[in-house]
Amino acid sequence: MLAIVDSGGANIASVRFALERLGVQSELTADPAVIRSAERVILPGVGAANEGMRKLHERGLVECVRNLTQPVLGVCLGMQLLFESSEEGPTETLGLIPGVVALLPGAPGIQVPHMGWNTVLCGRSGGLLDGITTDARFYFVHSYAAPVNAFTLASCDHGTPFAAIVQRANFSGVQFHPERSGVAGARLLKNFVDGRV
Amino acid sequence: MLARRIIPCLDVRDGQVVKGTQFRDHEIVGDIIELAQRYRDEGADELVFYDITASSDGRTVSTDWVTRVARVIDIPFCVAGGIRSLDGARQILHGGADKISINSPALENPALITELAMEFGSQCVVVGIDSRQEGSDYFVKQYTGDPTKTQSTRWQTVEWAREAQKRGAGEVVLNCMNQDGMRQGYDLTQLRLVRAVLTIPLVASGGAGTPGHFRDAFQQAGVDGALAASVFHKGTIKIPALKTQLLADGISIRI
Repeated sequence: MLAIVDSGGANIASVRFALERLGVQSELTADPAVIRSAERVILPGVGAANEGMRKLHERGLVECVRNLTQPVLGVCLGMQLLFESSEEGPTETLGLIPGVVALLPGAPGIQVPHMGWNTVLCGRSGGLLDGITTDARFYFVHSYAAPVNAFTLASCDHGTPFAAIVQRANFSGVQFHPERSGVAGARLLKNFVDGRV
Repeated sequence: MLARRIIPCLDVRDGQVVKGTQFRDHEIVGDIIELAQRYRDEGADELVFYDITASSDGRTVSTDWVTRVARVIDIPFCVAGGIRSLDGARQILHGGADKISINSPALENPALITELAMEFGSQCVVVGIDSRQEGSDYFVKQYTGDPTKTQSTRWQTVEWAREAQKRGAGEVVLNCMNQDGMRQGYDLTQLRLVRAVLTIPLVASGGAGTPGHFRDAFQQAGVDGALAASVFHKGTIKIPALKTQLLADGISIRI
């Protein structure tokens, strides 16, 4: 069973529908026992990091998510929460991947939020990017971004480079919205569901 | 590099997609789901659904069609029309829409922009501006869904765009009413003025008639997205051919 952590984010319906289109049943839940027993877990999220963490704390899910050992995929804010902290708030986040999430610096011609379809630069193929061409575009919509470091699988550039896909042990995350990224996004979700992480 | 967005706009009235000229005389164009799917298949980067009757009738959009769209569509979409509260916005976002766009309610209550941005994040909050040129200035209009209820406001367009951004809007869609449905090109002068005061994305709306009009909006006015309705609904411009042309013109485009 695939559990979607009910973190109150606005993209939960879209993530569920994207999985449905792949023929994958998911369970939306805030029950730590259900989440712990799931084969895979998706941590969605849209909105502010401090608000997202507040909801996880409120539902008693912080330790639950930190201690998961099965494959976990954070999406958008869900990915940012995997890092140590976010300047948005500021707030302490889950601390599963080193690094601090910071506001994207804008510039003339570089609008923030970073909104739209962008390409990613990947150091290796396979895994979550299996079967996805290097020129594929994904849909991003965010103002804060995670730094590129040793746990970055793919980076993106919007005035400054930032982490687009991250992975450490069983925890993966994507800054873009695979549920809204057409064929490439559907393939990435399928790779996660099929265990190609 | 971030791609410039091509955004078909579907004006919705009573569950059907409609289109008028200069916001008047609406004719039925087709079914919401069919059109949404068609545009997705043709390569639209995003869709906008405007419930054009909602604001002027004082009601909120029904959310069941939002969920029907969200189930079948794997590109982002924005819903506009009559959203005047956090609850109204929540229904639509939780129904599966990616963004909400507010227009007349933001003019009635500018604090709503901030409330929505605090609750859902700026990236979900689009402010739509209906702007009309009067003399050498541009002014914001309200309740444009119904010509008999359309009102002038005290806002000059550039000032309102700046205010919307300051209050937390994540994107502005500028509908240039003089050009709407005329297919004579986007109002590049006005778009440049608004572009100059915004650090958030700006989407051009009103006036697209040829692929060159899209090119000019991207290259000369620096907009992030270009929205159009009639040229797409009537098939005057096919999205795949438009995108191929824009790519050949050196514009960053998703193919």
